[in-house]
Amino acid sequence: MITVIDYDAGNLRSVETALEHLGASYRVSPDPADIATADKILFPGVGEAAHAMAVLRKRGIPQALTEAVKKGTPVLGICIGSQIILDASDEGPTECLGLEAGRAKYFSSEFQAHGITGLKVPHMGWNQVRVNESHPSAGLFRGIPENSSFYFVHSYYPEPRDASVHLAETEYGFPFVSAYGRENLIACQFHPEKSGPAGLRLLDNFIRNF
Amino acid sequence: MLEKRVIVCLDVRDGKTTKGIKFKGNVDIGDPVEMARDYYEQGCDELVFYDITASSEDRGIFIDVVEKVAREIFIPFCVGGGLSGIEDIRRVISAGAEKVSLNSQAVKNPEIISQGAAVFGRQCIVLGMDALKDADMPSGYQVVINGGRTRTGKDALEWALKAQELGAGEIVLNSIDTDGVRNGYEIELTSMISKAVDIPVVASGGAGRPEHLSEVLTRGHADAALVASMVHYGDFSIHQIKDALRKDGVAVRIPEEIL
Repeated sequence: MITVIDYDAGNLRSVETALEHLGASYRVSPDPADIATADKILFPGVGEAAHAMAVLRKRGIPQALTEAVKKGTPVLGICIGSQIILDASDEGPTECLGLEAGRAKYFSSEFQAHGITGLKVPHMGWNQVRVNESHPSAGLFRGIPENSSFYFVHSYYPEPRDASVHLAETEYGFPFVSAYGRENLIACQFHPEKSGPAGLRLLDNFIRNF
Repeated sequence: MLEKRVIVCLDVRDGKTTKGIKFKGNVDIGDPVEMARDYYEQGCDELVFYDITASSEDRGIFIDVVEKVAREIFIPFCVGGGLSGIEDIRRVISAGAEKVSLNSQAVKNPEIISQGAAVFGRQCIVLGMDALKDADMPSGYQVVINGGRTRTGKDALEWALKAQELGAGEIVLNSIDTDGVRNGYEIELTSMISKAVDIPVVASGGAGRPEHLSEVLTRGHADAALVASMVHYGDFSIHQIKDALRKDGVAVRIPEEIL
């Protein structure tokens, strides 16, 4: 059974419809017990990082998720999920889950710091994802043509510190890490559930092969 | 690099897709769920549904359409028409929409933008703006509401900037002068607004041929282009439009076959 973590962060319905379409058995739950007993965990969401962290803490989810990652349960973080897995986020700013070293950074601040103009924030729409084929989790993209586009909508982006976890990158003003993974913990900034056939294939790969 | 989006717009009345010219003379043209699936399969990047009756008794039929669409297509879609408060927004988001478009309601009660952004995130809140040429306005365009019937006295550029400040994450900018006429988008208006704001701008109103999209996505500085009549009546497929855009050097997504 897949547990989709419910922490009041935006549109879980689209993740549900994608899982239904793929014939997966899942439950949407805020309950730490359902995280502890899950075969796989989806950690999706859109929203504001500090608010998301507050809800997670209130529901006792950080500890359950940390333990699930430790015992080897495959976890896929999506969008804000990919950001708050890290140590901290500039949104808030807030301390985050600390499951991977790094922080979520703000496009606007980086653009300003590097003199990049003319790019809108949020980064919204379809953008190409370049996969690091030598990454141990490259199988997440199996069957998906090289440089396929996925749907993004975000103002902050994850920056995991250890370059060896970088699974994919995408260009928006500069290359940023659009997917990363360490063993059973995987994360993508884009929305596979909203990325058409390529996104459905990625979710299917996660469900069946991880 | 971020690709330009081709977005199909469906006006829905009593559970049917409908289309008019300059917001008048609407005729039914098909089932919105079937049409949505067809456009999804053709490779459109996003969909927008407007509930154009938006009377309270028909609201249930429309929500039912939204729920069905959510089960059929796996790309983002936006819903607009008659959303007057947080609970209305919550209903369409829970039914599976990613975004809501606030138009007349936002003019009457701008706070709905900031409230919506605070609860659902700014990426979820789209300002739908209908603009009409008006030489007496500082920017040369006036905001109109109620399907183009009511002038607001608001300047289009000023309202776009205000909506961004309040928390809108995107603007769908519709030109009343060109809507349904199929002679091309209002380039001047689109370019002015898009260059002035920091959030994405979707051009709407006037698409008749693929070169109209090329023009508004380059010279018009739009981040996305909305189409309706030109695809609804079968004159062009999404694939033909995107092929033409690529030939014109506009980066767009062409979904390849997934093995």
